[in-house]
Amino acid sequence: MIDPAKAVKKSAEKPAPPVAAANKLVAGVIFGLAFGFLLQKGGVGKFNILIGQLLLQDWTVVKIMLTAIIVGMIGVFTLHHFAKVNLHIKPTRIGSNIIGGLLFGAGFALMGYCPGTAAAALGQGSWDALFGMTGLVAGSWIFAEFSASLKKTLEKWGDFGKVLLPDLLHVPRGVFVVIFAALLTVGLFVLERVSSR
Amino acid sequence: MRMRGKASCLIGGLALLPMRTAVAAEQGVNALNYPGPAWSPYVVGAGIGVLSWLTFYFSDKPIGASSFYAQVSGFIGKLFAKRHTESLAYFKENPPRVGWEFVFVISTIVGGAIAAITGGEFVNEWLPPMWEARFGDSIALRAGVAFGGGILMAFGARLAGGCTSGHGISGTMQLNVASWIAVICFFIGGIAVAMTLFKI
Repeated sequence: MIDPAKAVKKSAEKPAPPVAAANKLVAGVIFGLAFGFLLQKGGVGKFNILIGQLLLQDWTVVKIMLTAIIVGMIGVFTLHHFAKVNLHIKPTRIGSNIIGGLLFGAGFALMGYCPGTAAAALGQGSWDALFGMTGLVAGSWIFAEFSASLKKTLEKWGDFGKVLLPDLLHVPRGVFVVIFAALLTVGLFVLERVSSR
Repeated sequence: MRMRGKASCLIGGLALLPMRTAVAAEQGVNALNYPGPAWSPYVVGAGIGVLSWLTFYFSDKPIGASSFYAQVSGFIGKLFAKRHTESLAYFKENPPRVGWEFVFVISTIVGGAIAAITGGEFVNEWLPPMWEARFGDSIALRAGVAFGGGILMAFGARLAGGCTSGHGISGTMQLNVASWIAVICFFIGGIAVAMTLFKI
């Protein structure tokens, strides 16, 4: 197993130009098209499906997320094992993960879309996504205004750095992936039985 | 006299409030009364999982959406206050640029449009029907709530380090502890506020 800190591919360390290389952008366009297409087909551009999940009435969102996690996890860890991809791990900072997460959730319920699904919603002609997207831009700016002081305070609370669940539990990654994939699959079967959608 | 009028109005309004909510609770807003997904969530979920392999392999990037909005805010900031924007810690670390994440989210809009139009699901509406059933037909109310929600959500995403895509899918599949904490908190916060809005 390869340590994420000793990543295989080294990202460019010189400052990035204001516009990325054309081939990188073309890949981004193709993957973005596919992502938006899948989100819309999955119904997660729909207000009632997203809010329905938060009301625990419609379980589409959790089903999509868990399936994506199972499939993605198996592939990404396999590719990583053979040194074909880097992992992209964001640091665990308990304070900001929890407080940021709760604020995000509250905002999600008010807006009815999340940052990715809002884009798909806008594409399907749900124009109210525009109000939320404008708010997302404003909120990002507000965060940037406070970013220096947040770095010195809240973001220091419970800073554990880059850490994965298997490392935390001292289980080999491959073993953890297999067991976890099985557990999540069982979870999905149960969910499919008990949920009406 | 005027003050008393206002006061009685307020009291009358307060007395009416529980009645209105009682009626709403009786009606019960049920998300299942509105259109479901076109495709099976398992097909779509597996598709997003495979898409992640491809973005990792070909672009060395995890799928994510929220940083796009930060970049847009940085562009707008630079337009009006270049030096101030460049002095902010967040933009020093993440200079706004047209990069992979930027074109990815723009294309997500187009991808959603293609799926909706080809699937006969293009809605062309300013208010989601479920919202309208609960809160009426005021676009201004919807705009205000969604805008405020967007502000909270972006602030939360930046603080937590990602959104439902970056943490909720890409981070969780990499078994990142931060992402599992964040996504659980997304749902706790979301469920609490959604229940308050639509159930009480």
